[in-house]
Amino acid sequence: MEALDLARWQFGVTTVYHFLFVPLTIGLGVFVAGLQTAWHRTGKEHYLRLTKFFGKLFLINFAMGVVTGIVQEFQFGMNWSEYSVFVGDVFGAPLALEALLAFFLESTFIGLWIFGWDKLPKRVHLATIWAAVIGSNLSAYFILAANAWMKHPVGYEVVDGRARMTDLWAVLTNSTALAQVPHVVAGAFIVAGAFVLAVCGYNILKERRADPDRTVPMRRGPGSTTSIWHTPMRAALVMTAIAGVVSAGTGDLSGKLVYEQQPMKLAAAEGLERDTAGAAFSPVPGIEVPMLLSFLATNDPDAVVRGTEDLQAEFAKKFGPGDYRPNVPVVYASFRVMITFGMATAGLSVLGLWLTRRRRTPLAPGGHPAPRGPVRRRRRAAGVPREIPSWFARACLLALPLPTLAMIAGWLLSEIGRQPWTVQGELLTAASVSPGVSLTEVAVSLAVFTILYGLLAVAEAVLLVRYVKAGPEQASPTPPAPAAGSGDGDTTAVMLQPTLMY
Amino acid sequence: MELTTVWFTVIAFLWTGFFVLEGFDFGVGMLAPVLSRGEAERRQVLGTIGPVWDGNEVWLITAVGAMFAAFPAWYAGLLSEFYLPIVLVLVGLIVRGVGLEWRGKVHHASDRAWCDMGILVGSALPAFLWGAVFADLLHDSVTAMLVGGVFSVSLCLLHGAVFVALKTLGPVRARARRTALVTSAVALPAGVAALSGIPSAGTAAAGAATPVWIWALALAATAALAAGAALTWRGRDGWAFTATASSIALTGTALFGALWPAPLPGLTLAEAASGPYTLQTLTWIGLVALPFVVGYQIWSYWVFRRRLVAEPS
Repeated sequence: MEALDLARWQFGVTTVYHFLFVPLTIGLGVFVAGLQTAWHRTGKEHYLRLTKFFGKLFLINFAMGVVTGIVQEFQFGMNWSEYSVFVGDVFGAPLALEALLAFFLESTFIGLWIFGWDKLPKRVHLATIWAAVIGSNLSAYFILAANAWMKHPVGYEVVDGRARMTDLWAVLTNSTALAQVPHVVAGAFIVAGAFVLAVCGYNILKERRADPDRTVPMRRGPGSTTSIWHTPMRAALVMTAIAGVVSAGTGDLSGKLVYEQQPMKLAAAEGLERDTAGAAFSPVPGIEVPMLLSFLATNDPDAVVRGTEDLQAEFAKKFGPGDYRPNVPVVYASFRVMITFGMATAGLSVLGLWLTRRRRTPLAPGGHPAPRGPVRRRRRAAGVPREIPSWFARACLLALPLPTLAMIAGWLLSEIGRQPWTVQGELLTAASVSPGVSLTEVAVSLAVFTILYGLLAVAEAVLLVRYVKAGPEQASPTPPAPAAGSGDGDTTAVMLQPTLMY
Repeated sequence: MELTTVWFTVIAFLWTGFFVLEGFDFGVGMLAPVLSRGEAERRQVLGTIGPVWDGNEVWLITAVGAMFAAFPAWYAGLLSEFYLPIVLVLVGLIVRGVGLEWRGKVHHASDRAWCDMGILVGSALPAFLWGAVFADLLHDSVTAMLVGGVFSVSLCLLHGAVFVALKTLGPVRARARRTALVTSAVALPAGVAALSGIPSAGTAAAGAATPVWIWALALAATAALAAGAALTWRGRDGWAFTATASSIALTGTALFGALWPAPLPGLTLAEAASGPYTLQTLTWIGLVALPFVVGYQIWSYWVFRRRLVAEPS
């Protein structure tokens, strides 16, 4: 066991852990901002209740994303000082920009949002949550651009054993980054969408347990669909489905870039040992779809996909003796977990959209569908949305971990697949580690962070579950009649404000 | 001015901003148990930093990010050399952040006690360790580390107490003012001890004495500290806060003045620096962005300018 191994474990543990929270921050932040915008525009009280409910869940999670992120920034210098010195000129720039342009925005405006409910004009207060989530998403862009550079270094030259940036624009518009940013951000929206679906699913089931009548659709007529959870569920379904399409498209694009830029990663992802024309893709070990891999990688079913052994021979000739193959079983498995779990979640959302589509015919006053007819068909939009089936609500609850597992697997594929390089073709991981940091020091910090992170994960989970179970705060038992003409929910705002987020 | 000088100045500015702003956050975090009686007052005290601590912390993130981009070898050397102290700083920042954010969301008093513990420990650790790390950089001695750490903690306590006095009304404010006076009795001698021996990286190697202007800054920092205590005594909260903030800013300036031009032993800025292209590009982006950042941070302080009172939940 060397300091190098532990430093790698530490990076893996802290990064995967950090990324349990980040996707939820990115996606749920936009979702909450959307809910608040809906409240702002319609003045409907249930949007405010939902904003506050999901806002609380968002903030519980947000804290973890922030504090674990600090470790990430420091860790390069602590454990990977050789790497930091080599890449700082290029890699440091997006990190500095991330802090300056994104983190300040995010942190300052989240504070204004949490504490500004009764201090800011409504419109300005709404703007603060948008500013904060723009900051979150912007930070994803910068850090992913930095990460993309490690896989596909561009806009630099090596002078005196150090990378020197020659073109910041090239670094920020790296093809790898332009494919990876939407891919990861879409993944984040899938994670957040699945989270909202699970929360809604749980609450719908709870409502129905409390009121068994609701399990029988339509018995209670149109009124039965006024459950507070219907709207956020539909919104999350739309969000997840769109993100699923973006994620699939950019995933395909990333695959094609990996074929060009990191052939070893692609070979490892398929477990392909020899250069193969018309390479097959195996969705699960043992089953092969002929020529699919070549087609996915190049749009040409007959194209040659490189194999690990042939690449190994080539790299050994080019870079000197050494093992240039990543851990193939891990990369192979991660690839499949990512695709299967990610697409399963997206598929679930499409199914949900279909199940909750609007009825073609509006319900007649008696609660029974009105007779169908060509005239009615044109008025689809007027139809009442279908009830969410209980089994689907349960499925949403069960699907909660899927996109997060897909996200983790995606990072394992991406970063373990890059090994043994930290900077593809330029710097080996073994040459990146801090020479002056002892095994004991890394072991201590690894142990400290792992234990601390473990405890905090339990605490966060308990906290989230408690808030989900508690549900949104009840509106006042006698809701005040909306002031004539205003309709912007100001009255309800006053009613709900005494319980601030914090 | 050379680009390395520009970027050293920017980084010194960011670190100093962090010391000034997080200085009172750390102080408030450490003093919360002392300044408050009961839950309503505790929330009042922590509410003074609630909206701003996260944005203040980003000054540190940006300072470190700027070091990474502009002087990679300085960044890497500092963080790997002080490995275990930095681990503890990170642990502190983690438990403090989580404590502050979760405190209002937990339901049981025992959970809240955990959050309070996190806030206390998480404020004390970075406050002590940053002082110790920078003192060690200048003096390379254990005694200096301790003096630096104690000075840093006491300065944060004073600054935090003065901040609470400025931002609250009622019994908490009275308690904060008394506490400020008590802490200044520690901060003042610690400041004299820490600042009187300040060497200079630039001249120490050549065997020459520390330049006069660094002495002047150190003296001014000590004077501002004393002024902070005196103004608190007189009940001028705003001016007292200006004085303690100036004291920290002057200390930070003296510190980075002393680190110039070799921020780590045996490493000059020129050796540590990124190439001119990177420095130049970042300079332009920084020039455009920094005024906005400072602008909206000032605005956020303006929004929360009112003094807080204890509100029963």
